[in-house]
Amino acid sequence: MFCEKAMELIRELHRAPEGQLPAFNEDGLRQVLEEMKALYEQNQSDVNEAKSAGRGDLIPTIKFRHCSLLRNRRCTVAYLYDRLLRIRALRWEYGSVLPNALRFHMSAEEVEWFNHYKKSLATYMRSLGGDEGLDITQDMKPPKSLYIEHFLPRWKCEQLIRQGVLEHVLP
Amino acid sequence: MTEELDLSGHNSDAGSEEVVLTPAELIERLEQAWLNEKFAPELLESRSEIVECVMEQLDHMEDNLRRAKKGDLKVSIHRMEMERIRYVLSSYLRCRLMKIEKFFPHILEKEKTRPEGEPSSLSPEEFAFVKEYMANTETYLKNVALKHMPPNLQKVDLLRSDLDSYVFLRVRERQENILVEPEIDDQRDYVIDLEEGSQHLIRYKTIAPLVASGAVQLI
Repeated sequence: MFCEKAMELIRELHRAPEGQLPAFNEDGLRQVLEEMKALYEQNQSDVNEAKSAGRGDLIPTIKFRHCSLLRNRRCTVAYLYDRLLRIRALRWEYGSVLPNALRFHMSAEEVEWFNHYKKSLATYMRSLGGDEGLDITQDMKPPKSLYIEHFLPRWKCEQLIRQGVLEHVLP
Repeated sequence: MTEELDLSGHNSDAGSEEVVLTPAELIERLEQAWLNEKFAPELLESRSEIVECVMEQLDHMEDNLRRAKKGDLKVSIHRMEMERIRYVLSSYLRCRLMKIEKFFPHILEKEKTRPEGEPSSLSPEEFAFVKEYMANTETYLKNVALKHMPPNLQKVDLLRSDLDSYVFLRVRERQENILVEPEIDDQRDYVIDLEEGSQHLIRYKTIAPLVASGAVQLI
C-alpha cells in the first residue's frame, strides 16, 4: 500500500530512544520521493481525464492519491525534522565537537545544518553581555556544592552555623 | 552589597520608566521570571533588562571576589551565590531558547505582525537567533526533500504552542470576574474570582494576560 516506506522511516526513529541518532536513511528517503513523484504524475493525468472526458468516477482515486501524497510529505518532514532536533540535542549534550560515531550517522546536509546551528548559538551566547557573554550550555544542573570543605577554627564558624549559612561537615 | 541597580521597567502604557532595585530584589525578579517561563506553555515577554542587570551584577561580584582576601570565608559564600545566580539565569535563557526553537514559525509570524507599542516576546538577540534558525532549517528541508516534491506540495506548516495545557498558579493580586471558557460543548462560560494567596490549577489560556502583568505567579 502507499506510504509504507514513509511509515518505515517514522518507525525507525520511534524505535531509537531519545539521544540516539540512527544512520541517515538516504535510500528510504529517495524511495518516498519517488513514490510521491509517481502518485503526482498519475494524479495529473487522471485530473486531465476527469476534466476533459468528464470522468467523475476518477475523483475518489485522485483524492486518495492526494491523501497519500500529504501523508508522505508529513512523514518525510517529521523524519527529517525529528533528526534535526536530535542533532540539536547533541550540541547541548556533547558540546560543539560531536563524537565520530554520531557524525558518521549524519548526512552531509545535516552536518551543515549543525554547523550553522552551532554558530548561531555561539553568536547568541556572546551577545548576552559581559566580556565573553554567558555559556548557557554549562550549569545544566543546580549547583550541588551547598557544603564546602573548609577547615576553620570553630569560633569563626559558630555564628554562621547558627544562622544556617554553614553546616558542620564531619570528614 | 548595598548598591542599587537601575532597571528600566516594562510598561506598555507609560513607556519605559526607571525602577531602582536592590540586588536582592533583582534576583527575586529573575527567579520569578524563571519560574513563569518554566511553567508557561508559550514564550513569555522578553525581560532583557533583567538579564542585562543580572549579568552586570555577576560582573560586580566577580570583581569583588578578585579583590577579596584569599581564604576569606566570604569568598566561598559569594562564589556559591554566583553559581546559583548563574544557574538560574542560564536555565531561564535555555528555557526560552527551547521554546523559541520549538515554536519558531509561530513566534516569527507573531513578531513580524506585532503592532507598534506592544512589547516583544523576543530580545533583539533572540530575534536574530530565531531568524537564523528558521533560515537554516527551511534551507535544509527545502534542499533535502521539499524541492524534490511535486510543485504544489513544497510548502509546509509546523507546530504551535498548546495554550490549552493546564498550569498551577498562585495569585499575587486579587482578580475579579475572570471568564472561564467551556472546554466541551455542553459546558457554559462561567466567571470566577481569584483571591490573593490562593492556588489554582487552570488552563493557561484563561490566565495568560495575568502572568504577563504579574498578577499571578506560575508554580
